[in-house]
Amino acid sequence: MSIPGPEDIVRRELPNGIVVLVRENHASPSVVVSGYLQVGSYDEADEQAGLASFVASALSRGTARRSFDQIYEEVESVGASFGVSAGIHHTSFGAKSLAEDLPLIMDVLADVLRNPVFPPQEVEKLRGEILTDLEERAHDTRRMAALVFRELAYPKGHPYSRSSAGYIETVSRISRDDLVSFYQNSYGPQGMVVAIVGAVTAEEAVAQVEAVFGDWKGAVPTRASLPPAPRPQEIVHKFVPIAGKTQADIVLGYPGPARTDPAFLDAMVCNTILGVFGMMGRLGDRVRDEQGLAYYSYSRIEGGPGPGPWTAIAGVNPTNVEKALESIRAEIRRISQEPVGLDELADTQAFLVGSLPIRLETNEGVARAILEMELYDLGLDYLQRYEGLIREITPERVLAAARAWLDPDAYALAIAGPPTGNE
Amino acid sequence: MSVFKTRLDNGLTVLLKEVHTAPVASFWIWYRVGSGREHLGITGISHWVEHMLFKGTPRWPKGTADKAISREGGMWNGATWYDFTTYYATLPADKIELELSIEADRMTGALFEPEEVESERTVIISERQGAENDPLFLLGEEVMAASFRVHPYGHETLGHMCDLEGMTREDLYSYYRSYYVPNNAVAVAVGDFRSEEMLERIREHFGSIPPRELPRTHRPAEPPQHGERRVVLEGEGYTAYLTLVFHAPPATDPDFYPLVVLDSVLTGASGMTIFGGGGTNKSSRLYRALVDTELAAQVSGSLIPTVDPFVYSLTATVRAGRTPQEVEERLWVELERAMAEPITEEELGKAIKQAKAQFAYSSESVTGQAFWLGWSEVFADYLWFEQYLDRLGAVTLEEVRRVAEKYLRRSNATVGWYVPNEQ
Repeated sequence: MSIPGPEDIVRRELPNGIVVLVRENHASPSVVVSGYLQVGSYDEADEQAGLASFVASALSRGTARRSFDQIYEEVESVGASFGVSAGIHHTSFGAKSLAEDLPLIMDVLADVLRNPVFPPQEVEKLRGEILTDLEERAHDTRRMAALVFRELAYPKGHPYSRSSAGYIETVSRISRDDLVSFYQNSYGPQGMVVAIVGAVTAEEAVAQVEAVFGDWKGAVPTRASLPPAPRPQEIVHKFVPIAGKTQADIVLGYPGPARTDPAFLDAMVCNTILGVFGMMGRLGDRVRDEQGLAYYSYSRIEGGPGPGPWTAIAGVNPTNVEKALESIRAEIRRISQEPVGLDELADTQAFLVGSLPIRLETNEGVARAILEMELYDLGLDYLQRYEGLIREITPERVLAAARAWLDPDAYALAIAGPPTGNE
Repeated sequence: MSVFKTRLDNGLTVLLKEVHTAPVASFWIWYRVGSGREHLGITGISHWVEHMLFKGTPRWPKGTADKAISREGGMWNGATWYDFTTYYATLPADKIELELSIEADRMTGALFEPEEVESERTVIISERQGAENDPLFLLGEEVMAASFRVHPYGHETLGHMCDLEGMTREDLYSYYRSYYVPNNAVAVAVGDFRSEEMLERIREHFGSIPPRELPRTHRPAEPPQHGERRVVLEGEGYTAYLTLVFHAPPATDPDFYPLVVLDSVLTGASGMTIFGGGGTNKSSRLYRALVDTELAAQVSGSLIPTVDPFVYSLTATVRAGRTPQEVEERLWVELERAMAEPITEEELGKAIKQAKAQFAYSSESVTGQAFWLGWSEVFADYLWFEQYLDRLGAVTLEEVRRVAEKYLRRSNATVGWYVPNEQ
């Protein structure tokens, strides 16, 4: 099979604003449905943090046509799975089934997105599950370091500064009425995207989306633009003590480039060299391999519609935190001061280009790639142009990207681990 | 395409399957050695040896093999578990020979340089400390130790901390040389190649490695359990957990298949991809009994195919405000029901349909297929995997009740509670 492109991706816009993308793959008798709506934690206030996520989880707790038990009985009985979850900008949905069960899955998906009734008893059940998860989070060093990093790296009130899952205090206070009114104000077909990949003809797939979503009406509210997220001007840090733990987790980073930033791929290549390539790039080589300090040490660039985090992450013994930080800072300094070597760059370019067939092997992988093209307006020929875009990146462009977003002397740093006695 | 199986003169078992749907191939080498062979003093040695195989040979010095794979766009890794240690790479099909050459080289040539052994000691200790941050790891370790008082399945693959501190380079190297021989290994290739050519390549790379007699190993038999065992673990956090494990038959026992059906009815379909999955289990009996009733926030089950008798385990996250005792009492009501009366035809049909779907999903990637062929060859024979759906299809309602009665007895259970010290 060739790399997906305009020849074999079918794209249709329905009159109500829904975009349908289909790519056929008849190699295995299964099908993946994946997409998103224009609603997320962006649309909630600080004091209602967790609302969008609560609503997304509550959709499948009962509809006008099906109870919670019926929904899952129908889906699970055919070995299918489906889920809806809220992020910051979007609420994503996904489903997977045997191709023969696609009509059922589409029907259930449309039912939960269009007809949720938020049964009071189910809302309370769900609230208890969310609160249990948030209590677990409070004692999870990885999750707490990531959470506190966001609070440090983004200004207060910025949608990126708070947790999409919310907080114990906010989730406890959200009422059923809040869920209903958030749903009524924010959910609608406008801007919705559905990708279907698998053993179904494009015509049939489009017809199925039309059948269950074609008569959905309604506009979604326009959003205020994102507040600015300036780079930290100094080191801002916070330590979260969690008693009884044996390892400390570190997140050090910055607000990074948006996926739509013209220099995003430069930054992505830079990140791959810093903390991905081989066994986790330069950070893996230094922190894990040479110093034996950590089981994991890597970096991650989120991209996304806005300035999502660009971070270095490590899990280390509490006594090694300072040593690990020194190494991370040294690698950030090096990559933002010296151009990367031509060989190192060529290796990374070869990796990014060469791994494309593996990333596109499964239906999920293809769906992810197609949604990315749609979401960031990259064009349906993006994957076919990808090799050229990556190969033309130079050491100078990588250096410029590092300088634009990274700084070894001014960053946000969150550490969660056992109390040290010094804090 | 069907699977081609053969054995080289040096004893290396070879399994090949052509899949031409994408231009990729996956190659795995499996060693029949894992933590289920270790004794006190060297627990964790199989896993540590796996780490050392990433630390260089004369031909592929440290850091060169992983970069060579990445440069070709591949992904690779290693994994250690009770019955096996395995190494694999998935690459563009025309580059797969690279992985053959790396694996053949490190079957005999890994250096185990003393300073690398020491550096990796702290990495592995860090890996264990990271795992210890998770209360479920701590509880699982205690419960398995109580369930197995003789068989090495009773200790974690990561090993005991004292053994990680005490093992020497000589321990590791002699273990490596004893078990990393072609007559103790299975090579698996799945993907876009011609089998005759692939076999020729495998012969070229591995054919000249001499076989050696394996250490005479005595596999201890776990004595029958007569009476319930209980473990209470106190620790940090706000959240309580409950785990029950029952001694269960090995993969080759006829009882294994009805137990798969029983697990599916109790806790939902198990994922058959390497990295878990399996979707939701909200229509399963235990979800309805424990989560719908607001006693637990989640529940899961696990039945793992193994060489020797292992366990069937059930784990629940106790909902905030509830106790492990309340969850356990309700759980026993369900288990007793499964022992007393057969499941329904609908439940049986659902379990089989779920397995059929999971089986189809797992065959979407060459990596997933190679994983299952190799693993099943290690614990039984690759035909185990090929015949899996037929065997499940032959399970009867009465067989499911019979295995429930046989294995879910209280006298066969080890019950573990994790009791948090904060409320």
